[in-house]
Amino acid sequence: MTEAAGKGRSWASGVLADWERWLPLALLAVALTYPFWYDLPPISYLTVDALALGLDVVILMIVYVLLALGLNIVVGYAGLLDLGYVAFFALGAYAVGWFASDKFSGTEFHLLTNAPEGAAGIHLNMWAVMILAGVITAIAGVIIGWPTLRLRGDYLAIVTLGFGEIIPDVFRNADQLPVPGGLQVSPPFVDFTTINLTNGVRGVRALDRPGFGDPLDSITAGILPERFTGLELKPWYFTIVAMVVITVFVIRRLERSKMGRAWIAVREDEVAASAMGVPLMRTKLWAYGIGAIFGGIVGAYYGSFIGSVFPTSFSFAISILVLVMVVVGGMGNIYGVMLGALVLEYLNFKGLEKIGDGINNTIDLVGIDQTVEIPKYKPLIFGALLVIMMLLRPEGLIPSARRKAELHEADEEGPETTYGDLYDIRREGV
Amino acid sequence: MVPSVTEISAPAPIGVRRRPPLSDVLRWVFGAMLLFGLGYWLIGEAINEPSRFAQVTVIGFSNGMIYALVALGYTLVYGIIELINFAHGDNFMLGTFQAESIFADGSFQIPLLFITISIPLGAAVTVDSSSWEKAYAIGMAIILASLFCMVINVTIERIGYKPLRNQPRLAALITAIGFSFILQGIGLAWKGEARIPVPQIIPNTPLIEIDGVVYYTVRDLMVLLITIPVLVMLTWLVSATKPGKAMRATAQDRDAAAMMGISVDRTISFTFALGGAIAGAGGVIYALYIGTTYFQLGFRLGLIAFTAAVLGGIGNLTGAVLGGILIGLISAYNDGFGDARWTYTVIFVILILILVFRPSGLLGERVPEGQ
Repeated sequence: MTEAAGKGRSWASGVLADWERWLPLALLAVALTYPFWYDLPPISYLTVDALALGLDVVILMIVYVLLALGLNIVVGYAGLLDLGYVAFFALGAYAVGWFASDKFSGTEFHLLTNAPEGAAGIHLNMWAVMILAGVITAIAGVIIGWPTLRLRGDYLAIVTLGFGEIIPDVFRNADQLPVPGGLQVSPPFVDFTTINLTNGVRGVRALDRPGFGDPLDSITAGILPERFTGLELKPWYFTIVAMVVITVFVIRRLERSKMGRAWIAVREDEVAASAMGVPLMRTKLWAYGIGAIFGGIVGAYYGSFIGSVFPTSFSFAISILVLVMVVVGGMGNIYGVMLGALVLEYLNFKGLEKIGDGINNTIDLVGIDQTVEIPKYKPLIFGALLVIMMLLRPEGLIPSARRKAELHEADEEGPETTYGDLYDIRREGV
Repeated sequence: MVPSVTEISAPAPIGVRRRPPLSDVLRWVFGAMLLFGLGYWLIGEAINEPSRFAQVTVIGFSNGMIYALVALGYTLVYGIIELINFAHGDNFMLGTFQAESIFADGSFQIPLLFITISIPLGAAVTVDSSSWEKAYAIGMAIILASLFCMVINVTIERIGYKPLRNQPRLAALITAIGFSFILQGIGLAWKGEARIPVPQIIPNTPLIEIDGVVYYTVRDLMVLLITIPVLVMLTWLVSATKPGKAMRATAQDRDAAAMMGISVDRTISFTFALGGAIAGAGGVIYALYIGTTYFQLGFRLGLIAFTAAVLGGIGNLTGAVLGGILIGLISAYNDGFGDARWTYTVIFVILILILVFRPSGLLGERVPEGQ
């Protein structure tokens, strides 16, 4: 009897220990069926009424999952603190504005698009635009990364922060972007004209939506619609779930690849990695570029989903929010990052509002005539979350084993290294 | 103990003149072209509109002084523990808030998130108050705001940065960003999200006026009259006192300083206290000179000030002042003669260009690269 119980326990612990194998599949099953059961009566009281987890909210949560996964490559694997990740997100969204809307109404160019016949502006196929957005952000990432990745960590942070700050500014001001229009004889020798690239604060509206084309629509009886709509969110939902699956697959392969191991080596000790023959610049540039590609593709999806892009929707707060997701979830661990993104974007978008409502209702019942605007204190809450995580659990909710060991290295080394390693080459600046 | 291999540098070969690599040459050509273009543009404007040029210069200089005060806080902390204290700009913002409460309410306020404790100091001041009242209010504001920011800075260092000193740099940096947001939240809870006006107790009376064009006002003079004593005091503290000596020693080599009997912890706290005090004083000057403040002020102003610190050479006090004034002038010229919408972009482009082309800054010896 005891033997059987022991067997049972070992079986249970075996299943639990094996979580990395079955949990993703279970989660995927939940994710794939979610649109079909979330609004059925017994569950909908929880999902829709209590938590406000409608499909639109879930889609935005998954958008942030993808952003966090992209930033995780840069921050979690390669250890480069990027505080301007929103720039790539914005660039991706604006790519849709440029290549799949009536923004450039002067030119008319259609390519495999589901936009109405004869619509003004450039209209490329939305799937192609998503890939194009990835290409554009990769180029932008390399242009920014190439000169700056030589800098040490905190300088990189400040440069990317500056970059994340000027990108929305540039988009806001680029309705009158000064460009060299020609040469002139008298100084300053260049004649400047202005062009309208982004419509400034008015933003670009009426962006195209993805679709599967007419033939597929009629063959599958509308399951693969010709054009996604704002009313029927299931195609949007399955598209982004598919994007997550592809991303997770790619990242898991990357993590185990030569490049992935090089990233971790660079993160843990740049000098040692360099001595072992890891090309520092190229490795970092790849991490930065791949992170940028994810940001761009997600940005394109987001722009198309929201239907318009404005410079104000890409603030520095988003960069920090995504960073908090990565840090809270667990730098370098895909599942941790995904969990962090889901929870925090839910809190950011709906949760804090709901909690605030709950608190205000309770206060009302007690009879205190005062309201607390919890969502107003988002910066405070997320800032405190960052500090608390860093002080108490720097490895995050679901830590990556390697990262955890690294972050707790100093604890085990004992008291004699209170002021850092005496022969820490980086600090000595030799 | 085994000495690090990289500490042994190869002796420089004598008599071999290496040709500078092409990238260096390109770098210098690019820098020279940039400086030439800038100089050409400014001299052109100066000849075209001399009176406006002078006005803009004065504004830029006064703004630059304020940037310099904030930049000093970054540079002090960076010099000693090589951490970009992101919370510094927001600490400065809280300093402006404290100045506002002292001038408008006549009370020293301690914000505790949802309640604020007010300690009355006397009547609030307005433009019509007597000069004694104004002097008392300004003096109180400088002392109390400095003290206030000092306490915040030291608390942050003790709670947040000290436990992480041995962790990877990323940890302390992320904590600094967290504190920046916490301070913003405290500011938001304290004074709300609207822009708040500060009583204009220093009148904008012109001091130098030629043909109806105002060149220099009492307010510009006030910035100088407060900033210069602060800078002199700081220089004296760092260069001539015991704690200053300890600071320089710790900045140079923390371990050696510890071996020489310097309390490294206390010295680092002292540095943070000093940085906080300057932020507080800077906050008062900003409140008096600009006249409005709001809770997100610290973030952008902090970035600009950090740019100034990097431009001058991070870790270098004179460099921070020089960088602050230069950034003030550049942004004023761009506001005045260029397009004000692009000023932030220009400043961040400057930051990126310096970090790429001359990471040691104008006066610094410290190279922020890992090699």
